[in-house]
This record gives sequence, structure tokens and C-alpha cells, in this order.
Amino acid sequence: MVPEPPLSVISLGGYKMSVARFWRKQQNRYNLIGTRCTTCGKYFYPPRGFCPDCRREGNIVDHQFKGTGKVVTYSIIRSSSGNFKLLTPYVLAIIELDEGTRLTSHLVCDIDQVYIGMPVRRVFRKLGEDGSSGAIFYGTKFVPA
Amino acid sequence: MTDGAAAVILAPLERAREFTDTPIKVLGAGQASSTIALHDRKDICTLDATVAAGNRAFQMAGVERKDIGFVEVHDCFTIAEICAIEDLGFCKKGEAGKLTEEGQTAIGGKIPINPSGGLKACGHPVGATGVKQVYETVKQLRGDAKGRQIDTEIGMTHNVGGTGATVVCHIFGRV
Repeated sequence: MVPEPPLSVISLGGYKMSVARFWRKQQNRYNLIGTRCTTCGKYFYPPRGFCPDCRREGNIVDHQFKGTGKVVTYSIIRSSSGNFKLLTPYVLAIIELDEGTRLTSHLVCDIDQVYIGMPVRRVFRKLGEDGSSGAIFYGTKFVPA
Repeated sequence: MTDGAAAVILAPLERAREFTDTPIKVLGAGQASSTIALHDRKDICTLDATVAAGNRAFQMAGVERKDIGFVEVHDCFTIAEICAIEDLGFCKKGEAGKLTEEGQTAIGGKIPINPSGGLKACGHPVGATGVKQVYETVKQLRGDAKGRQIDTEIGMTHNVGGTGATVVCHIFGRV
């Protein structure tokens, strides 16, 4: 039996997430708060509650990432779907934060500007909206530093 | 998306000759899993799952890279073939492009890759592709691969799922 979805659900450009879950993740999405293991010093974004290397020897604490990093590699997206159609062409980059963790993000800049190794910094941006009368949801993107 | 189908018949080795005069034996198998997200990988040109699955298959089969007569690799995209040749240990990382340009991965070369034409030539009906690779291997080892025959007793297959999150390798030999 597939469980009924929760009544309060928001559509993040086609991907559905319950409002309760979105609220729980908000600090992580808005402020780039992840976690770190004080035993081995490894950083995690998205946050992990468990260090896969240290396991029970690990000690996980919250970590506010500095928000600066560099471009590892990138693609220019020219054909997209949902909320992202309006943005094309845009840069999708794998960014390595100063702490060593990597993530994939929209890099807000001219498509001619981006290069491997380019320094970048985080910004708070609108990611999309759940239709013209639905919730507006925000998150972290990156711009050239 | 492509449409297609392939089939193999498996039997215990002791009973194989009840079904065919030319049974082909599984010498080794290896499976490994890795991350899906590209940003979680140590190197974007390496599938760690291919490296691990290949090593496991070679260990079980008890053969070496130089014993392999051909490999059917998962060339969902051209670069995937280049990376697979390196990750399976047939050359150093970064050298498979040159190896291919020199003709070493063609029939008659040092390590023929995808005598069937691979996924690029045959299409890629997900799921059926892996079985098709086994079909090609069996045809080759039986000496029944007209027009693309390689003279060898040992062949290898390499199949990928989940954009590199999981890889399975098999090594086959004549009975």
C-alpha cells in the first residue's frame, strides 16, 4: 500500500516536497549550513548525521560553510524544463567549497565568463515558485567572487 | 529510449552439454556500487565502481588483463568507452584515446573493444544491453561471429547502471 502524500505539499518545479520537510531543510538550503565530523575533520553538504568513515567513533556537529569556493567543472545548459526554461542558457557547475566539499549549483554569470578554477561565492536567490499563487521558494546559488 | 530484447540460457556446468555442444563458462563475476552524484566522485573521469567490479571479476576468474581477447564495454556515450578501457585496467588513465586512435581497440589490435559495435551501434534498450553483451561474447567464443570474429578463448563484459552508481563485469571462457 503506497502511503497517501501529506496534504501540504509544495511543487518545486515538478519535484514534490512536503511543507514540513521543506521547513526542516530551510536553514541548510538558505544559509549553506551543513555538518562536520570533529573526529576526522571531514565536512558534509548536504548535512549528514553520521560520518561514513568514522562511524560510531565520529562526532557530528553543525557547520556554517564560508560560502566561497571554486569551479571544478561545468556545463552550459541550453535546453531545460520547468522553472529552469526561463534561465537558458545557463551554467551548471560543480563547485568545490573552501572546506573541500563539492556540490552542484547554478552559477549565475555570463556563459562566456565561466572557467575551470574560477573563484565563486554563495548568494541567496529565488529558485522558483509553485505557480503564480503558490509558495515562492529560495535557496543558495553561486556567483563569481 | 530504444526497444529491444536479448536472452541467454543459464545451466549448471555439469549439465551444460545436455543443452549445447558448445557451452561457454562464466569464469568470474564482479559487482560494485558507487555514488550517483557526479560531485561526490573523486575523479569525474573515473567510475570507481568499474575499477572495483573489474578487479573483483579478474580475481574470481584468476586471469590477467593480457589474457582477455576482447571486451564488450558499456559505451552509452563515446567518452564512457574511453573511461571504461582505462578503469578496467587495460591502459593508464588518460591513454585510452591514443590507444583507440592507434587502432589498438579495433579487431586485430591489442585489445579489441566492442566487436558487436557496442551500445552506440546497436542501440541501448536498458537491461537488454547487458544480456546482448553476453550474447556477443558467447558468439565470439564459439567461433560463430561472422565478419567480426576474434580468435580467443576468453572474453569480458562490462555493464553500467545508475550513471555509474553500479557496475557489473563478467569474464567468460570456453569450456
